[in-house]
Amino acid sequence: MKREFDNEKKLYTLSLLVKDIPGVMSQVSRLFSRKGYNIESIATGASNEPGVTRITIVIKGDELMIDQIAAQCRKLLPVLAVKVLDADSSLQREVALIKVQADDMMSRGEIIQIAELFRANIIDVSRDALTVATFGTEEKVEALMNLLQEFGILEVVRTGTIAIERGRSTIYDQTKLKEEYNYGKNVL
Amino acid sequence: MRQTISVLVENQAGVLNRITGLFSRRAFNIESLAVGVTDDPAISRITIIVDSGNSVVEQVSKQLNKLIEVIKVRTLEEDRLIGRELVLIKVNANAKTRPDIMTICELMGAKVADISPTSLTLELSDTPDRIDTFESMLRPFSIQEVARTGVIALQKGSGKI
Amino acid sequence: MKIRATQAIMECLLEQEVDTVFGYPGGTILNLYDELYNYRDKITHVLTAHEQGASHAADGYARSTGKVGVCFATSGPGATNLTTGIATAYMDSSPVVFITCNVTEPLLGRDSFQEVDITGIAMPITKATYLVRDAQSIPSIMRQAFAVAATGRPGPVLIDFLKNVTAPTEMIDYEFIPWYENRTWGSVRELSESHGLKAPEPDHGDIDKLVEMIAQSERPLLICGGGVVRGRAHKEFRTFAEKLDSPVAITLMGGGGFPGGHPLTTGMIGMHGSRASNVAVDRCDLLIAVGCRFSDRVALNPNTFASQAKIVHIDIDRAEIDKNVLTDHHIVGNARRVLELLNERIGQYSHPEWKEQILSLRREREEVGEDDSAFSPKQVLETIRRMAPKDTIVATDVGQNQMWTIQYFHFDYPGQLLTSGGFGTMGFGLGAAIGAKMAHPDKVVIHTTGDGCFRMNCHELSTVEHYHLPIITVVFNNGTLGMVRQWQNLIYDQRYSETTLDRGPDFVKLAEAYGLKGCRVTNVREMEAAMAEALSCGCGYVIDCMLDIDEMVRPMVPGGGNITDFLLS
Repeated sequence: MKREFDNEKKLYTLSLLVKDIPGVMSQVSRLFSRKGYNIESIATGASNEPGVTRITIVIKGDELMIDQIAAQCRKLLPVLAVKVLDADSSLQREVALIKVQADDMMSRGEIIQIAELFRANIIDVSRDALTVATFGTEEKVEALMNLLQEFGILEVVRTGTIAIERGRSTIYDQTKLKEEYNYGKNVL
Repeated sequence: MRQTISVLVENQAGVLNRITGLFSRRAFNIESLAVGVTDDPAISRITIIVDSGNSVVEQVSKQLNKLIEVIKVRTLEEDRLIGRELVLIKVNANAKTRPDIMTICELMGAKVADISPTSLTLELSDTPDRIDTFESMLRPFSIQEVARTGVIALQKGSGKI
Repeated sequence: MKIRATQAIMECLLEQEVDTVFGYPGGTILNLYDELYNYRDKITHVLTAHEQGASHAADGYARSTGKVGVCFATSGPGATNLTTGIATAYMDSSPVVFITCNVTEPLLGRDSFQEVDITGIAMPITKATYLVRDAQSIPSIMRQAFAVAATGRPGPVLIDFLKNVTAPTEMIDYEFIPWYENRTWGSVRELSESHGLKAPEPDHGDIDKLVEMIAQSERPLLICGGGVVRGRAHKEFRTFAEKLDSPVAITLMGGGGFPGGHPLTTGMIGMHGSRASNVAVDRCDLLIAVGCRFSDRVALNPNTFASQAKIVHIDIDRAEIDKNVLTDHHIVGNARRVLELLNERIGQYSHPEWKEQILSLRREREEVGEDDSAFSPKQVLETIRRMAPKDTIVATDVGQNQMWTIQYFHFDYPGQLLTSGGFGTMGFGLGAAIGAKMAHPDKVVIHTTGDGCFRMNCHELSTVEHYHLPIITVVFNNGTLGMVRQWQNLIYDQRYSETTLDRGPDFVKLAEAYGLKGCRVTNVREMEAAMAEALSCGCGYVIDCMLDIDEMVRPMVPGGGNITDFLLS
């Protein structure tokens, strides 16, 4: 029997642990650009081990493609672990900073109200603008942005999504996807 | 010196590769890098933090400006920026240690995102320094894994990139 | 013990039992060449005419010996001249360590003279690249680089030393540790803990499953891929094929993995594969591919490939499984070990009817033959096969000459055929032949090429002359870029755009200009005479074979078609 792959294109989240050395980002991002895949978001930050960075990549694709790209990532020297996380069993979060035009009392009040509804914080106030910080799932961030649109968004910056599995399991656990990883690590 | 560079780019395959290549060819290490779309879905904003001298950052910014996919590059002034980062931390927890962890969360303004009999997953969005503090407070409870977004930043006031 | 950094680089080469390197000096690599002068008794350096030649020579050396090839070049243009050679080695999984030097640290990234980001350039075409900024790290990086190049799925690695790291004043701690010890030590050990370096033991359950599938099969087919050659698994493969009593199709890279004259072989598979091979793929009910990556030149259309068969993929690289063709079963592991386990578990099978069905197609082709009145590539190659020793090493270039060589010459052991399969590098052959001859001075080395390919790197004849390498170059001179013309003829309405090579030089005079011998031949008798002289003259020899411009490679299946949709039979 040939392995069955889900052909539907959807968002997948790849978590990588990499050694913190020059060029590692290039090596990882190159694998995606070489195949012409566009990354939806990528977030890079420290992990709990010194010298090790955790990269979270969100990419749209089908299962076979994700499977291949994960296998290719595992072959890179600075890459220590790769895990594909699915939306149901993981927590996905991102931060957005949104600078909104607010040059009169009325719109300022309304913006503050909307921010409160979303449990977002106002982190900077000036005479003609407010900066709202929010964090949550991508949908939540987008919903907030939609509401603030009418006041005039001056600029937006987002971290891109990070993800972590629910429950006790971590990226350090044996990553076993389907039947094929009976072999442990892929040989270089 | 830590420097924050904001870059607006066209959202297409290969952009990130070109940008990171500019750093690695000089053997610079990127401390953190965050990519997210802006209010225009065709444009992404990349926030890069590097630890290096002024001249180096200036040189890299000039090179970045030359890439056709790059729309705008701006080095944010350290004292005029608002930086935020998000962290998800999974920490060991049992009935005995849970209250202590919860106290730390309250103090730091963190939230519990997931709970299991042996672990807690916490989320906190704050400045990078406060996140470092949060992480070090939790370390005695045995941290299982950490995912951080990398820092994003905006200039204070109404000025934009 | 404290020694110079450059001395440590040389000692690390000796740790790996490197005795021959190929290269070309220049400004930034001067310190390394200065040290090489001290080591000239232990390490032979072959100075080529061009860095590309050196890169192919190191590759040819690696392919013909199974050891790691080593190639030196300077920064900037020296380094970029290597890139075609690096990519060639990468696509064919050939273990080569490329060593370049770069400008000093303060000049890095300033567009300094002869500066280029070679580690960045080489990233997509190497297994790993290292930029060495600290002399203390030399031993660990050198050992890692060789381990990465040689183990698992082999491939090229590039090490770029900053010039200041190689300064004569740089002293480092060093202790000589032979390769077989340092593979389980220090940084190499760390690496093999974080990544698999050696192939894992094949999963025995997976082996048993294949044994069951074999038992149920009535029409099995084996594909011998490049992995059999790289893994030197030819003996195990032959035993397996004979036990299975199954036809064997050989990929371009698999040449030498299974005896070309063996009664079970169906010949080459794919775009210019034999009718027997391609029909067998279409009709078999079990296809077992060993060390083959189902490239588009083999599988053609991945959706219709072996549509009646269960496909089993045996490969060392997990990332190859289900990449090009979806498989029904796979075994990840070293080809030799997997075949060993299979051989222990299967009995003797017999498939007389199926074999007859397929192998009769091969005999038909041999009996029909071709019109022998005109001087043909087949005659050239049959003359070579008749007159040259059986263990002759053949390095080909790319295009028609390559296909003819593989179709008409029989390769019997790994390393006998050197050809650029994945990357299709014109000009590969002469460099590769130089590398092979350096490694095997006792064997006859023949370089088959076309007039187009030969012109690309014929300056390496100076290397052939200088090092007294009696390499025989056979030029299939049809005055055109034959393979491209063939496509233009069949697919582009005979619009021969820029493929006619009605120009010099006179290859015989060229050989003489380089201090070698040459001869032009127009028929079999002249070819025999030329071969006799070439085999006995003791120096490089160029045989310029004048062929018809419209000679074609047969059969041919167009790209992306079903494997049996022959455009030419």
